[in-house]
Amino acid sequence: MVANLNSSVPEIALNGVTKRFRKGAIAVQNISLTIERGEFVTFLGPSGCGKSTLLKLVSGLSPVSEGSVLVNGMTPENARSLVSFIFQDATLLPWRTVEQNVGLGMELEHAARNARKERVAKMLDLVNLSHAAKSYPRELSGGMKMRASIARALVSRPRILLMDEPFAALDEMTRDRLNEELLRLYAEEKWTVLFVTHSVAEAVFLSTRVVILAAHPGRVAHEINIDLPWPRTAETRESQAFEAQVTQASRLLRGVYQP
Amino acid sequence: MKKRWLILNSIGLFACLVGVWSTILALAHIPAYILPGPIAVAQALHDRFPSLLNSLWITAGEAAGGLVASIAVGVAVAMLFAQWRGIRQLVFPYTVLLQTVPIVAIAPLIINWVGAGVFAVTVVTFIICLAPIIANTTQGLISVDQNLVHLFLMYKATPAQILFRLRLPNALPNLFTGIRISAGISVIGGLTGELFAGSTRVGEGGLGYAIIYANNQMETAYLFALVLAATALGFSFFFIVMFLEWLALHNWHESSRPQTAD
Repeated sequence: MVANLNSSVPEIALNGVTKRFRKGAIAVQNISLTIERGEFVTFLGPSGCGKSTLLKLVSGLSPVSEGSVLVNGMTPENARSLVSFIFQDATLLPWRTVEQNVGLGMELEHAARNARKERVAKMLDLVNLSHAAKSYPRELSGGMKMRASIARALVSRPRILLMDEPFAALDEMTRDRLNEELLRLYAEEKWTVLFVTHSVAEAVFLSTRVVILAAHPGRVAHEINIDLPWPRTAETRESQAFEAQVTQASRLLRGVYQP
Repeated sequence: MKKRWLILNSIGLFACLVGVWSTILALAHIPAYILPGPIAVAQALHDRFPSLLNSLWITAGEAAGGLVASIAVGVAVAMLFAQWRGIRQLVFPYTVLLQTVPIVAIAPLIINWVGAGVFAVTVVTFIICLAPIIANTTQGLISVDQNLVHLFLMYKATPAQILFRLRLPNALPNLFTGIRISAGISVIGGLTGELFAGSTRVGEGGLGYAIIYANNQMETAYLFALVLAATALGFSFFFIVMFLEWLALHNWHESSRPQTAD
């Protein structure tokens, strides 16, 4: 890791962040949020509320118009080595095999070949994809593609994961299974995660905190702490506590959908 | 089994065409200097084979030279267009002009500039092949999924890394589309160039020059053999490019996948 880490500052701090597009449309307005190390925070809200924009602001892919974003006390551009981004599509390069895709970041950093191979093999093993190392993306199912995408994100040993609706295109069973796998990895690796989804159940299952955003302009409407016990498994979804938190989040979400 | 059936069908169709051709000649009493029969063409092919092969090699060399040069220059220009939007917006419309240039009109000019012979014909071929390469490659280079660009930016990739590791491989299918179009017209470009600048030695030159020469000498059967050779050359170019495209793309691109029933 290249950046100098500071444990006394919040992992991610948004202070009065506004994002205005060129034609004047406001994506998010005056958002202030503090996210501590190890939190799993999910953004939930209607289309156009700026969920994905927030991830782009934290990653530095898009500059803020007003306010500030600090990642471990640094500007997002300087903190990129701490952050990995997982997109809605698996964004695998179709001309590369799975292992070549997973090793892309290390290759671009000119990492030594042996170190790269070793790390890639470990990450593929972590996401149960070793058997498909030599396959091309077109030979994989949707779930396998997303696991490859997660492995690629983990290769660079990130402290922070930004996940923009990564499981939205998958069927429910695959999504549930990947949610459980993600939490298994989260428990091992202790990242800070910013997650975007449209699914209330997924948000509640994964998160330590759910932030509900309202649209036009995007702003924080509610925050819910999720106090479901860990580890969370398939049984968690059948518990009354889970149902209660899903109901609570759904009610608050319905509120922001109403004009 | 299906493949053998297809080959037998093709041979059968060819035999039918030759039969129809011979029958029309016999029934209509058309003189051989106007339309020679298939046997006369085959005889001319046999008798003049070394000379025909020489012409074929000359045209193949000119067409291949022009095509390869157009690929090298076309890809370089497309990369400039992809990297600098301002240059693309300013210059790209002019590359369309290349496609509309009446090559027959400017071929004599090129001979004036570079002199008659193989080089002039290669230049004509290069000009005719360039526009499809530039247009298709540019399209492929700029049509990259924005998320993939973001991914590379997250890895702090340099502009050169984004160009060579992302944009260029992404543009390969488009590049091959351009090469396929240009491969077809490269032979036409070579023949057209030879009509004007065919040879520096009387009686020896590429297929275009030999066609004019055979026509002037009323060697119609040999002229037909030359036309067949030119057609075969065009086919060969097309299939060589198809093979190279398959080699480059078959592992990952939909266009190179065998079609299967769903």
